Amino acid sequence: MDAVRQEFDPPPTAHGSTAQGEMTTPAPNLGAPHPGAPDSAGPVNGGAVTAVGGEAAPAARKKKRGYGLTFWLATIWLAVVLICAVFADLLPVQDPLTPDVINKLALPGPEHWLGTDGLGRDTLARLVHGARVSVTISVTAVAIGMVVGGFLGIISGFFRGKTETILMTIINIILAFPALVLLLVLLAFVGRSLVVISLIVGFLSIPIYTRVARATTLAVAEREFVRAARTMGAKNSRVLAREILPNVVLPVAAFGLVAMGVVIVLEGTLAFLGLSVQQPAPTWGGMIFDGKRYLSEAPHVVLIPSIAMFLTVLSLNLVGDALRTRFDVRGSNL
Amino acid sequence: MYVLRRLPSLLATLFAVSLLTFLMTSLLPGDPALQILGAENATPEAIAAVRADLGLDDPLPVRYLHWIGDALTGDFGRSYRTNEPVSAAIIDRLPVTAEIGILAIVIALLIAIPVGMLSAYRAGTRTDKLISSTSFGLLAVPNFMVAIFLILIFAVWLGVLPATGWVNFTDDPVQNLRSALLPALSLAIAEMAVYTRLLRTDMIGTLQQDFVTMARVKGVSNRRILFRHALRPSSFSLMTVAGVQVGAIIGGSVVIETLFALPGVGRLLLEAVLVRDLLMVQGVALVIAVSYVVVNFTVDILYSYLDPRISHGRSTARV
Amino acid sequence: MTTAPPLDGRANEPLLEVDDLRTYFDTPRGVVKAVDGVSLRVDRGKTLGIVGESGSGKTVLSRSIMNLLPKNNTIREGSVRFEGRELTTMKNKEMRTIWGAELAMILQDPMTSLNPVTKIGEQITESLGIHLGEKGKTAKAHAVELLKSVGIPAAERRLGEYPHQLSGGMRQRVTIAIALACGPKLLVADEPTTALDVTVQRQILDLLETQQHERNMGLIIITHDLGVVAGRADEIAVMYAGRIVERAPTRELFARTRMPYTEGLLKSIPRLHQPSHTRLAAIPGRPPDLVDPPAGCPFAPRCNYAQDKCLTETPVLAPHAAGHEAACHFPVGTSAGQEALARNLAAGRTAAGTPLDSTMTATAGAA
Repeated sequence: MDAVRQEFDPPPTAHGSTAQGEMTTPAPNLGAPHPGAPDSAGPVNGGAVTAVGGEAAPAARKKKRGYGLTFWLATIWLAVVLICAVFADLLPVQDPLTPDVINKLALPGPEHWLGTDGLGRDTLARLVHGARVSVTISVTAVAIGMVVGGFLGIISGFFRGKTETILMTIINIILAFPALVLLLVLLAFVGRSLVVISLIVGFLSIPIYTRVARATTLAVAEREFVRAARTMGAKNSRVLAREILPNVVLPVAAFGLVAMGVVIVLEGTLAFLGLSVQQPAPTWGGMIFDGKRYLSEAPHVVLIPSIAMFLTVLSLNLVGDALRTRFDVRGSNL
Repeated sequence: MYVLRRLPSLLATLFAVSLLTFLMTSLLPGDPALQILGAENATPEAIAAVRADLGLDDPLPVRYLHWIGDALTGDFGRSYRTNEPVSAAIIDRLPVTAEIGILAIVIALLIAIPVGMLSAYRAGTRTDKLISSTSFGLLAVPNFMVAIFLILIFAVWLGVLPATGWVNFTDDPVQNLRSALLPALSLAIAEMAVYTRLLRTDMIGTLQQDFVTMARVKGVSNRRILFRHALRPSSFSLMTVAGVQVGAIIGGSVVIETLFALPGVGRLLLEAVLVRDLLMVQGVALVIAVSYVVVNFTVDILYSYLDPRISHGRSTARV
Repeated sequence: MTTAPPLDGRANEPLLEVDDLRTYFDTPRGVVKAVDGVSLRVDRGKTLGIVGESGSGKTVLSRSIMNLLPKNNTIREGSVRFEGRELTTMKNKEMRTIWGAELAMILQDPMTSLNPVTKIGEQITESLGIHLGEKGKTAKAHAVELLKSVGIPAAERRLGEYPHQLSGGMRQRVTIAIALACGPKLLVADEPTTALDVTVQRQILDLLETQQHERNMGLIIITHDLGVVAGRADEIAVMYAGRIVERAPTRELFARTRMPYTEGLLKSIPRLHQPSHTRLAAIPGRPPDLVDPPAGCPFAPRCNYAQDKCLTETPVLAPHAAGHEAACHFPVGTSAGQEALARNLAAGRTAAGTPLDSTMTATAGAA
């Protein structure tokens, strides 16, 4: 969770993220201004030509890049994962819980397409059903965080004043506390069902979303069209609903996508600590944990769920990052 | 002095954090007396005795004050499980976690700085794209996955590094480093990716600044510009991020120590949590939380001292 | 403008000679022709003023002359000769012996020209170390001398300070000190006063002038403000859309302006003696897109004198008087020009379609 927070709160001098190395400005090569950037000449002031009609520099307009191939591949993978999660029971895979000890640690083959684990259970089936756990936890946790945290962030960023100070002080205190400690304690004492884990992670992530939503709201509320609406006498609720909300939702959602990846990884971490969903229910983290003991003889048992998790997190990062670059309020020139 | 101005805020945060720690453990379900005695010995009198002994029937604020008062003198009570003093257990284990954490950050910086600089210097080229894609990809790999792969390669296949176990630095420095390397590396990989990306973005911005052009036009070599002109402003952002990342490292150490069977504070916390060793949990959680707050505070102060733009903010002499 | 006597036999050779320099950038939108055939010459001890608005290509020109542009996506043609040596083909390694030591540059914003996290002293002594081999105490003493020579009080103390501790004018003096540290033969000043207060502007320009005389340096001042170079340049070149459209010794340029653009620039300078609320005589429209510029004179869409010929035939620089060149088919002050203007006035619009009436052609400040 700290890593996610880190991604969104860059230190003062950072200049915005570029997704996956995609450059929007060419190599600076130590110094000279690129022609795409406006001429470094200052404002045209008295004593020279007053160019009637605005900007003089023939700057190359920011090109609206289409989504690349990797983006679409990522989206497809995520769709596949989602389908597995939702329709796991309906899909034509074997039973994830049936052991087949004779065939344990089998390599991928005609009978078991992705092989079997230490108890002979079909890996593909476990992967598909495990997707359900990953998706449920991540979607629930992020949803809770986004809705509650987003709400708190928007009202603190919009109304400022005392509300903001109180809320943000509380949030900062909670964030000053290493979240994992809280998580461990809560999980160990409260329980380990899918629902409980999702709820706890969700609640613990509220502060981060509050911060993100507040930052975005602050940026949006300063913009001209919001000020215009308020000057025209629009009620707060109207301004919130029509101007602020639509503009805050997208960047926060983009952030939420990346956060889903973090939660999926978190489930893996919890499995390693023995705090994930109870066995024998298949979870990706659990599969990796189980497979670790067979690392020397049958590394594929660890590799396959690892790859699945990696691809999912990577796809979430790609899509989230691409959307964030597209919709980041702070970067645009409106 | 800046430190003095920030001190109240630090103290307030520490207080709040300690309160949170206390509340977290005190409000949990389950009777600690029952835990200590075990089901067989849990006669009502015994329970009452234990509860009186631990002050469990006192109102919460009183309990908190007792606890924090003791904690400030270094007394965190005794573990239910082993009956050893909690503080002893912590002191024993803290250096292990600290060593791994520091090693992880150092390794990460040693790699991220040159790689990030190269990426910024050659922004837009294939080298840069490769580096950027790789760091983006690495961000998606969880630290336990990295750990497993490292174990697979270095312990299982190559057999050059141990998969588990720990040797104290004082006993055998070389072995100590060998046992610390894989765990530190597991944590460092994610850090590396974060630092590289940050440095790259920051330096690309810096390299477009006028003062870099001016340095060039003074006849300064590219290498000197990169290291002595461009890196300096960017290093401050790195420092801030490193401070924040300590939280991630603390979190990561729990898993890594478990994976590698290291006697560190993270694993101590986990084990205490799993057996509901309340006082141990409280003590360790407090130490971890306080360390985190203090580290962030220190980084904050350091940053304001080292970055001249900030430290001289008030004392400008305008002629 | 008096100049010091020539120092060596090469005094009559031009210090800098730019010959048909072209600099194009390959961008996703197309090829940007930022500099499209510029020729210049600067002599030792002389000052050249390059005047143009934003988008005229003057910044790219300065970077191109100094060989500072990135190599990728850049197409350069033409020649730039500094003391007879060809710069365009030089590698960075060789340029580094020239940059700072022989050729120097100062930029517009002194706050961003200086490294914000490095002390002033270090920024000066760096070039001293690279080109003059000075270190330690020698370098420090030299740095103090330099700061004093640019008029910075308490020079010793300044060495240990950071840029943000100085005012804007002070900072610009520091950048000048850095630029002149190793005694370059040519200084290029790109908008040296634009970011400064008006009162400070004059001080800085005076400083540049003094330094130039003392060192018998060549000086190029690039600006969008004719007023800046009016009393200080020996020669002025007016730049528009990547080309030089008029070039003349200063007096000649002001007395017998030929290019309508220059005329427009002159007219737009507000004069103190004008009554208040006098309308600012601006040139309507904006500079053309430098990607695939259309045929004909690039200024035609905004020119009061435009005729049909201006829309199809690109004018070349033609001589009008001694040392005076202008690129115009119907120059100001000539019979052809006057007739063209009269025709446009009668029609109420120029050949390019720009509406025109007598109020727009009244000379501002004519009294």
